[in-house]
Amino acid sequence: MNPDEIRQSLASAFPDAEIRAEDSTGGGDHFAVHITSASFAGCSLVERHQMVYRALGTLMPRIHALQLKTDAPGE
Amino acid sequence: MADPAITEIENEIRNNKIMIYMKGTPSFPQCGFSAATIEVFEELGHPFGSADVLSQPAKRDAIKRYSNWPTIPQVYVDGKFIGGCDIVREMHARGELKKLVDASFAA
Repeated sequence: MNPDEIRQSLASAFPDAEIRAEDSTGGGDHFAVHITSASFAGCSLVERHQMVYRALGTLMPRIHALQLKTDAPGE
Repeated sequence: MADPAITEIENEIRNNKIMIYMKGTPSFPQCGFSAATIEVFEELGHPFGSADVLSQPAKRDAIKRYSNWPTIPQVYVDGKFIGGCDIVREMHARGELKKLVDASFAA
């Protein structure tokens, strides 16, 4: 998988977000993602990560490892 | 009837103040994220329980359903799901994890 697929699927779920997605090993299944979005404000880290997993939906089974950093603007 | 793997998980998180579901064992982690999680808890210095999901496929499946969380490792403190590797590392960097587990062991 290409990090662009991840970026696109997250951009539709978090339209305001600043999204960085990188293939961390070059193998197409380990990714590092950093999302900054106002929709995370007031949510716990568990809730934020669950929002991201939900947004990735059908991509999730194709992702072997996902390193995730979620920030609200200003954090 | 209740899923036996779920019942076992409920017992484990009840009987261990800190319970870690991981790939491999604390001495021989089979995944970098599990290894990094164990490293944090060893640094914190409190005893913790662990279960190897690679040797228990039914539990691997059950724990994901139990927490509605798709990945391993998973950490529970006082029976509450805390998160996976990234959350553990982030909370540790902020000093929040130490506070949480110190409070649990002081209780």
